[in-house]
Order: sequence, then C-alpha cells, then structure tokens
Amino acid sequence: MSTYLLKRFIAMIITLWLIVTGTFFLMHSVPGSPFNEERTTNAAIQKNLESYYHLDEPLLVQYGNYLKALVKMDFGPSIKKSSQTVNDLLGRGFPVSFELGFYTLILAILSGITLGVIAALRHNGIIDYLAMSIAVLGISIPNFVMATFLIEQLAVNFPIFPVATWSSPSHMVLPILALATGPMAIIARLTRTSMLEVLTQDYIRTAKAKGLSPVKIVFKHALRNALLPVVTVLGSLAASILTGTFVIEKIFAIPGMGKYFVDSINTRDYPVIMGTTVFYSGILILMLFLVDLAYGVLDPRIKLHKKEAK
Amino acid sequence: MEKVLQVKDLHVSFSTYGGEVKAVRGVSFDLYKGETLAIVGESGCGKSVTSQSIMKLIPEPPGKIRSGEILFKDIDLIQLKEPELRKIRGANISMIFQDPMTALNPTITVGEQIMEGIIQHEKLTRNQAKRVALEMLTLVGIPNPEIRLKQYPHQFSGGMRQRIVIAMALVCRPDVLIADEPTTALDVTIQAQILELFRDIQKKTGVSIILITHDLGVVAQVADRIAVMYAGRIVEIGTRREIFYHPQHPYTKGLLQSVPRLDMEKGELIPIPGTPPDLFSPPVGCAFAARCPHAMEVCERVYPLKTQLSTQHHVDCWLQDERAKNLVPTLV
Repeated sequence: MSTYLLKRFIAMIITLWLIVTGTFFLMHSVPGSPFNEERTTNAAIQKNLESYYHLDEPLLVQYGNYLKALVKMDFGPSIKKSSQTVNDLLGRGFPVSFELGFYTLILAILSGITLGVIAALRHNGIIDYLAMSIAVLGISIPNFVMATFLIEQLAVNFPIFPVATWSSPSHMVLPILALATGPMAIIARLTRTSMLEVLTQDYIRTAKAKGLSPVKIVFKHALRNALLPVVTVLGSLAASILTGTFVIEKIFAIPGMGKYFVDSINTRDYPVIMGTTVFYSGILILMLFLVDLAYGVLDPRIKLHKKEAK
Repeated sequence: MEKVLQVKDLHVSFSTYGGEVKAVRGVSFDLYKGETLAIVGESGCGKSVTSQSIMKLIPEPPGKIRSGEILFKDIDLIQLKEPELRKIRGANISMIFQDPMTALNPTITVGEQIMEGIIQHEKLTRNQAKRVALEMLTLVGIPNPEIRLKQYPHQFSGGMRQRIVIAMALVCRPDVLIADEPTTALDVTIQAQILELFRDIQKKTGVSIILITHDLGVVAQVADRIAVMYAGRIVEIGTRREIFYHPQHPYTKGLLQSVPRLDMEKGELIPIPGTPPDLFSPPVGCAFAARCPHAMEVCERVYPLKTQLSTQHHVDCWLQDERAKNLVPTLV
C-alpha cells in the first residue's frame, strides 16, 4: 500500500507541475498585462510597477522564481488587490466556498442516489417518469436561473429565507439548493441507468432465488455495484463544487473564492490566475485520488496495490 | 414413490412488441423424492421458462403464467403471494443457474453470500450460520473452507464458483433443486466433477433434482428420468433406459441421432431438418409435424393424445395410434 501511495504521490506532483507550466506560459502568451488599462499610465510609473512585480524579467526567470515560491506554498502577491497576497485571498475565500460546496455535495449525492434508485425500481412507471423529468429539468436549467427563481419565490414572494449573504444557516439554504440541483440531476440519471443495468444481472436473480426480500436485494446486492459509475463522476464534480462557483457566489454575495477565477483573468492578475488554477488542480487531483481509493473499497476486484500472489 | 412436486398443464407466455410468445404450452410432470429428472430440448423449447416458473422467477411483465398448477406439498405455488413465495425460494426449492461467472455478486464475500440464505430462512446466529456454511463448502469439495469463506468470487476458478453456487443452493437443505444448464459454461473435466458432485449430494441429502440441459451426454450420466421438450410441450417422458433405448417420438429419435458418438463413422451424424416453429402462432397440431419424416395429415390438424407405453413412459405422437400402423408405409 505504501509503495502505491508513494507512486501515486509522485504522479500527482508531476501532474501539478505540468498544469503549472502550461498555465504559466499560456497566461503570458495572452495579450495584455495587469497594467494595460484604458487610462494611460505614465511610462516611468509603468516601468516601476513592472519591475516591482518582476514582470520585466525574462519569462523563464519569472517561471523559475514562481516555481521556487510555489514549493514553499507561496502563491505571491495579488497585483490588482494591493497589499494582499494570493494566499490571503484563498485562505479567506476557500473555507466559505468549501462550506457551501460540502453541504451542496451531500444534498446532491443523497437526493440524487435516492431519486435514481426509486426511478430504477419503478422503471417505466409514473414515478420513474416524474423523477427523470425532474432530473432533466435539473440538468437543463442553469443554476443562475434556478437561483433567481428561488430568491423570487422563497425570499421575496414568501420571505422564508434571506435573499443573500452568508452568515447564518438560513442564509445557506437557497444557495445550496440552487447549486445542488444540477449535480443532483446528473447523479440521479447515472444512478438510475447503472441501477437498471445491475438489476438485470444474474447475481440479482440468484439473490431472488435465495428468497431475499426486495429491500435486501436492492441495498445489499444492487446498490453497491451500481455506485461505481456514480463515484467516477463524483471526483471532478466535487472538485468544481468545493472550489466555489462564480455565478452562485456572485448572486448571493457569498465571499467565496469563485469570483477570483473570473476576475483575475479579466484583469490579468497573473499571481491570482496561477494561484486559483493551481489550487483548483490540486483539489481535483486529490479528489480523483479519493475516487480511486473509493473504487478499491466498493469493488474488491479493483486492487490498488499488489498483494501476495494468490 | 412420494411426489415432491407436481406440475399440471402449465402455460406461460411473454408479451412482446411482436405479439404474445407462447413459450410453455401445457407442460405436466411429477417429480419424485430423491430422483433426478432431466428436461432436454433445443434452445427456445421452454425448458428454462418451465423451471423458472416453478420458482416464479420469470420477470412479470413481460412474462405471465397463464394457467396451470404447480403443487409443492399440496400448495399451489402459482396462487402464492410474493412474501410466501420468498419463504419457499431458497429454503424448499432452490436453483442453480447456468453461468457461475455471473451468478455470484462480485462485491460480496462468498461466505456472506452463502450465509445470507440461511440467515434469511432459519433462526440462526451469524456464528451458527457460518458453521453451516463451512459444512456446505466441505460438502461441495472446497479445500480450506475457513479461508475461502472470506474471499470474493473473482478469487475462484469457474468450477470452484459453480461449487459455491451449488453450496449456496443447498445450504437450507431444500427438497427440490432446479439446475438450469449447470455444466454448460464449464469445460468437460470440470463438468464431470460437478456431475459427480450432484450424484454425491443427492445420495447424502436425498434432494430431488430437476436438471435442465440440452446436453444428452450429461443426461445419460445423471438422470433417472428424462422429459423431452419441443416447442413448449413435453413430447415424451420416460426413464433414462426407455428414452435412450426405446425412444418413440420422432423428435427424440432425431435428437439421439444427432449426438456424435465415438464409435461412429465420419459424416454419420444425422441432423433434424428444418427449424422449430414460431411460437407467436404455434401450430394447431403436433408442432414437430413440419420437420417429422413420418408426418401424416392428422398430425398437422390435431394435437396427438398422450399414449402410455409403460408406467413411466408416455409419448405424444399419432404414430402410436393403432390406425397409423396400416396407413403409413414409411414407418420403420
């Protein structure tokens, strides 16, 4: 197991390095710079600024410096948000985004799997069609539409929940609901398809022939096998939800890290672009690793490490 | 002899987009205690549907048991509701399926899969259930049962898996064991071992076995009685001796002639010409008439009466009729 983990860790570092390199050079190849604005700055000041942020040095030197700092987990200063480092921004934004994302994921997974299982068991019945209609709606309605709809209905017309901001549990309800519908729908559809396939397997018939109750057949024999494809999508889904979403955080005025992704690119805030990308990639790689571990737990045929030969 | 299971005039059909497929059209047979009854026939003749109907395991819909009776200990299984059926499945009647590679759940240990049947039907603690499971594994000839119990199906070979499936089916000491092509997916040496195991287990437990197969070689080895099915009906039934040495139905004769034998010259194999009838609209008369070398006019119009040739041997064929003997010169 430890050799596997070590190998895996090295692979993760290499992946991250490739992403850093790719992003760094792509970012610098895009025209414009942090100081390239409509109002013209004095050439001398511009030059001073550039030298302050080391932007006047050759690209390779900048790249080397960035890597050196990155090893020390230092993402550098933000150019646009003066006197703040990228570490500050992420440190403040990520916990909020993570909290929102975490609850969203839990809601999406629980409701998605439940909906999918019920739909599969009532295959081609009214409940199935109903559940799948909800799922299609969930996939096709963008979350910003969902968000505004929820705000109008549950905050304005019926003032049950606050309209926006992030301070108490009741503030969390609407953004979580808005953010969860999409992933929930995806999980529900996947679970249903996968469950339907598993239910036609021979071992389900064997379980029936043993005289097991339908509840036991579904939860003990079918669900675990049906969850593998669901777990697969969960990795990337979780990474993107946990690191915040621009639109939902903007609508509900949530101080998460989602807005930095978009803002930093618009303003060419190089260190923030790099910081958010590296951070997101790191989380994604970690999630994919967790997914692989989950495979091993769910399916004994998938071995993560070579044990003694049988 | 004591009858453990009686099937009376069973009709099963499946509704499809193309219409209703009448898969089983009036099957009747008795199963005696401790015997092995083989049901043989080509693919699609309704032998699997018959066996799955006994446990009511055919998917409904599209399948439907139209009529008939399946009497087990004087209870008609067809009338039973699901919860009562569940008490019988696995406990009194159990089943072995064709492919041991897919019949076991890949994510649950073999021990758990054997034990869950006992726990379901008998009031045993996990420890007691484990002891029974160990006994079963020893009975079906699996070495190191203690270790094997904790392993997953993928850690077993095909033959070993089939032994597990058999252990699973026998764990509650059922009265009837239905084996649907239990050796088809196995290679010949393993097949011989599994058949040997069946005989052994039957001797030890006295279980009655219904063996579904299309392999006459298997039948010759283990069956006490043989039922030959064609197009959803049993056309001939009798003891192994009667069917192999005195087959009366032209279809049975055809089946036996189409089996390769070691003492045969090359090219001597005689296939049955034609294909089985369309079961969307099965023929009114004898379904085999279209392929039968001795078919008469009456065969296509009226289904033949059952003729009793001995206490065990019955055949559905017009050739048995007194009048046929003068009418058909082709009859050898």
